[in-house]
Amino acid sequence: MKKLQKADYIKMYSYMLKIRRFEERAAQLYGMGKIGGFCHLYIGQEAVVVGILMTIDKNDSVVTTYRDHGHMIARGLDPKRIMAELTGREDGYSAGKGGSMHMFSKENNFYGGHGIVGAQVPIGTGIAFTHKYNGEKNICRTYIGDGAMNNGQVFEAFNLAALWKLPVLYIIENNKYGMGTSVDRAAAGLDLYKRGEAFGIPGEKVDGMNVFSVIEAADKAGKYVREGNGPYIIEVQTYRYRGHSMSDPAKYRTKEELDNYKQTDPIEIVKAEILKKKIATNDEIEKINKDTLEEIKNAAEFATNSPFPKDSELYTDVYL
Amino acid sequence: MSTEILMPALSPTMTEGNLSKWLIKKGDTVKAGDLIAEIETDKATMEVEAVDEGVVLDLLFKEGEANIPVNKAIAIIGDPNEKIEVKKEAPVEKVIEEKKIEKNIETKIENKKDDIIDTPSPKIEEDTNLSSVEITMRQALRDTMAEEMRKDNKVFILGEEVAEYQGAYKVTQGLLQEFGKERVLDTPISEHGFTGLAVGTAFKGLRPILEFMTFNFSMQAIDQIINSAAKTLYMSGGQINCPIVFRGPNGAAAQVAAQHSQDFSSWYSQVPGLKVITPSTPYNAKGLLRSAISDPNPVIFLENEILYGLKGPVNNDVNFSIPIGKANIEKEGKDLTIVTYSIMLQKSKEAALRLKEEYNLDIEIIDLQTLRPLDTETILNSVKKTNRLITVEESWPFGSVGSEIANIVQRNVFDYLDSPVIKVNSADVPMPYSLSLEKLYLPQVEDIINAAKKVSYIK
Repeated sequence: MKKLQKADYIKMYSYMLKIRRFEERAAQLYGMGKIGGFCHLYIGQEAVVVGILMTIDKNDSVVTTYRDHGHMIARGLDPKRIMAELTGREDGYSAGKGGSMHMFSKENNFYGGHGIVGAQVPIGTGIAFTHKYNGEKNICRTYIGDGAMNNGQVFEAFNLAALWKLPVLYIIENNKYGMGTSVDRAAAGLDLYKRGEAFGIPGEKVDGMNVFSVIEAADKAGKYVREGNGPYIIEVQTYRYRGHSMSDPAKYRTKEELDNYKQTDPIEIVKAEILKKKIATNDEIEKINKDTLEEIKNAAEFATNSPFPKDSELYTDVYL
Repeated sequence: MSTEILMPALSPTMTEGNLSKWLIKKGDTVKAGDLIAEIETDKATMEVEAVDEGVVLDLLFKEGEANIPVNKAIAIIGDPNEKIEVKKEAPVEKVIEEKKIEKNIETKIENKKDDIIDTPSPKIEEDTNLSSVEITMRQALRDTMAEEMRKDNKVFILGEEVAEYQGAYKVTQGLLQEFGKERVLDTPISEHGFTGLAVGTAFKGLRPILEFMTFNFSMQAIDQIINSAAKTLYMSGGQINCPIVFRGPNGAAAQVAAQHSQDFSSWYSQVPGLKVITPSTPYNAKGLLRSAISDPNPVIFLENEILYGLKGPVNNDVNFSIPIGKANIEKEGKDLTIVTYSIMLQKSKEAALRLKEEYNLDIEIIDLQTLRPLDTETILNSVKKTNRLITVEESWPFGSVGSEIANIVQRNVFDYLDSPVIKVNSADVPMPYSLSLEKLYLPQVEDIINAAKKVSYIK
């Protein structure tokens, strides 16, 4: 694994913080009625996507679930335009037609944002197929929630990926609950990373609250996939602090459980490491905090001031 | 006593077979279960076992003889000491020459035999590039895929049994040999998975042709077709298109019953973001499939198993295409309009002939060719001329393509109508298995004639 540079630590901290501040602001806008529909927040899971981000190539592709805001930020996409999509405005990444769950950026190889549980898994596998078909060295990172791991098409995709040795890295974000159902009430056999074993797909379980563990695993897995060995599964153990969506009071879990996870907050872990290694001072961290807050505030302002799509847009983009 | 060995029916749609190879010779003793011959059907070459026992007294066809009808005696076995009782019959004449539909279409029902005829449409006859050789719909589809794959490396095909098996209905015959396993891929039986995968490749810029062994199995993958393929261009604000062709046989074959005989034309036509094409002849199959493969949107290409054997002339220009969204006036007429598509075109043509003979009605037939986008202009212009309309399709009646056409027509040209629009559809029940009930279920020429009489106020 390549050694992390000072700048890498700052990058990780900034991105994770940006995701958190973004989601907090999104929750606020939702409460104000500026964001509608379903809105799934990533708070608590930041180390997963940021850890993976540290190991990838700009030309790699990514496809994820509807809990996608953080993924887009980690991809380097503009928080303004992400937020504008949440508010359903014309400056949004999908011009206001997709919303929180369906956002895409083709130029950044970000293929959504999928609203149907499990559907993104065959699609990501197909994107990986395309990399191979075109003779490219790139891989497709395909994120899967723990809930989708009981969905049939996921295993059809695993089989195809292994059969055709496709360059796909499957990342299971196990945040312990598929909506209100805990993993142990939904999955027979709790080691989700072992579910590729029958297809010969290696798997590994990783602590997803600690970004350094994620990087280590992702680096190893990424190399394996990039070298043409076929798919690989990483199960990242993580936790969402908020409910499944904005309308979920999360009564299926205890306050103690949540508080317990907050003790290992992924952002605090990175911050502590930065201070310990003297990569930045407290003041410098404070400046990042302030700048991030400002950036997200601006994004919210942009998103609420961007115009709604024109009525004529209703009929565009149905066919190319 | 001697026994005839008959040409067996080895598939639901088989009406004749070719004798590829004898595995026995005159004088051999055969027991039940012994292999006796290799027969080539419309789908595959298969070995045939003996059911009866005895000595082979005579082989009635030579190896290589083709188009031997099902139930025709091909060999005689029995006691060598007995005199042969069965008369040897003259070999059947070679392939049908007249402009008549292939024998495939004939079914075991006697009176259904001449239901379907094929007379070339005036438009086709005008085509100066028309081939002198008639080919089957199956070949037309195959050739078009091969032509497009030669032109564009991004076009590839995947599906169950499309490669090594050469296609469950032989539509992909020879493609593996020409293009290799990187571009002609056998998939496992996982429609949901491989459809999603193919959609992903299309998002990323490839141009997959996905064969469903039949469209009945597309139900396993319906989420990926509707929620992923059809909607992503819209949901991404125009960024991500999905240039994919979903193709395969749709609708009733022959006695394969409820789960394998269903017409999905109106289902798919309901979905914005999809285009839906229903070819009816080798000629338009070629032109339309080329347009489908070149289209940047997801296209549902509904073939018909019974039409795979239909022969006709084609345009051999490798750039010949028929635009999506354009109906074909198959036959002009002034008294009444029939709007139809796919296999019902053939039945409508037969009905039109009889309506002319028996009631002197001059029928205009519109073959829609594309269901979505629908060519409403051609339909409305025709109704303005004839003032009467019937729609003929294999789909179930509720919310069918005909239902939408009836709506469009009453909304736009109400004052031109001299009679209510009548829809001819399949029965509103699951497809039954029994031969007699199956016939009752499907729209027949008689049903079309009755509808035509009704809108013409003929008792």
